Amino acid sequence: MKKIEIITRTFKLDEVKTALSGIGVKGMTVNEVKGFGRQGGHKEVYRGAEYQVDFVPKIKIDVVVEDDFASEVVAAATKAAQTGQVGDGKIFVSPVDEVVRIRTGETGEEAI
Amino acid sequence: MNFVDNAFILICAALVMFMTPGLALFYGGLVRSKNVLATIMQSFIMLGLVSVLWAICGYSLAFGTDIGGLIGGLDFVFLNGVGMDNAGSPAENLPHLTFMIFQCMFAVITPALISGAFAERMKFGGFMVFSALWLLLVYAPLCHWVWGGGWMGEMGALDFAGGAVVHMSSGAAALCCCILIGKRKGHGSTAFIPHNLPMTILGAGILWFGWFGFNAGSALAADGIAANAFVTTHMATAAAALSWLVAEWAHGGKATTLGAASGAVAGLVAITPAAGFVTPMWAIVIGFGAGFICYGGIMLKNKLGYDDALDVVGIHGLGGTFGALATGVFATIGAEGLIAGNAEQLWIQFVSVVATWGFSFVMTFIIFKAVDKTIGLKATDEEQDRGMDIAEHSETGYQW
Repeated sequence: MKKIEIITRTFKLDEVKTALSGIGVKGMTVNEVKGFGRQGGHKEVYRGAEYQVDFVPKIKIDVVVEDDFASEVVAAATKAAQTGQVGDGKIFVSPVDEVVRIRTGETGEEAI
Repeated sequence: MNFVDNAFILICAALVMFMTPGLALFYGGLVRSKNVLATIMQSFIMLGLVSVLWAICGYSLAFGTDIGGLIGGLDFVFLNGVGMDNAGSPAENLPHLTFMIFQCMFAVITPALISGAFAERMKFGGFMVFSALWLLLVYAPLCHWVWGGGWMGEMGALDFAGGAVVHMSSGAAALCCCILIGKRKGHGSTAFIPHNLPMTILGAGILWFGWFGFNAGSALAADGIAANAFVTTHMATAAAALSWLVAEWAHGGKATTLGAASGAVAGLVAITPAAGFVTPMWAIVIGFGAGFICYGGIMLKNKLGYDDALDVVGIHGLGGTFGALATGVFATIGAEGLIAGNAEQLWIQFVSVVATWGFSFVMTFIIFKAVDKTIGLKATDEEQDRGMDIAEHSETGYQW
């Protein structure tokens, strides 16, 4: 099983969610996060005092899927979230040892 | 006694009362979320502290029988002789109680204004003692000097609704306090970003609304002077909101909502001493000037480096000073300023500016030092890190 973390622009949440649901992803977890990469931050000005805000608001979508489904999910998410401008975000894929559905105690892929 | 005037001034008193919670929101939105309650509290609780002190002796010190032009006597302590008829009332058309409570609302907001200077780092207990002493030792005498039969009013200084008594005095006190208390932890390295500007804009709107009571009500009658003060107040405020934005643009930035709100308050401050004495078109000129000057004052703060957290000096100190001098220039109604050929008025205004700044600054210095040595005023670095809401009040503004 793989965990796919998609960090992207906040306004892309609905498009990514729709795309993933469309290919059969059955659940996801969403967080509002802040961070920076190549896009860098931005300047804010309050009564003439300038502040450099380094951490840019992004959305992080976590999905756990079967191993052979992962590449399709990554491709769908990439297509949905891409604008081509700096700041589109990143996708991280990592292995997951175990999943447990708390209600039933099911484990492994059955529990996804 | 005039029943119409009485009804009008009672309503105005309620409008002025509403300015203090408005100020609480204006200030509250400008601080970081961990300090929102402590900042709101320092305005809101003045409705409690100052009102009670005003009834006990503050009103009497301001409006009791004049002693040497400096202070009122004790004839009205505990509101003795302040009754439902106009006996002893400085305004013969009003019940003495009406005049007293209208003035009470002015006294409430003035120490609250100062609190913006030391926001995010003042301990609550010391703040309460400081504010009580400041009310009795600075506000009450100044109020007496200008409106209670004291020397400044006798000299002919024009202060329609409190440019000196309320705004210059609180601005001078703010400058003194923010220098003495020192900077907030992290000043210069941490971003002090306002946590809720919509709250600040709402507060500015409430201030604008309440200020009609403040200025029009200072006519102390439901007459044409009140109508003129109402209109000049609105026009100056509108003009200052615009000119602040122009200043931001000219300075290479964008027009900001905080700029519009700050400009509006600068306009309200600047027109306060002039409201009943100038025509609406000159009010627009005063408002335009106020937006530019107060914006410049805040730029100056950023250069000089003192930590006037919420810009009380830049807006109330400078705005009030500009307004007092502008009154000496543009007064044509019931008084004559420079444009009416009376240059001496401008000199009188200048003297009142110097006296107000000097008196408030020196007295604030003494009171601050005394309270700081005995009770302590500044929160520790650890307390500032946790936030004044938790450190001083054991509560937080937002649960998430």
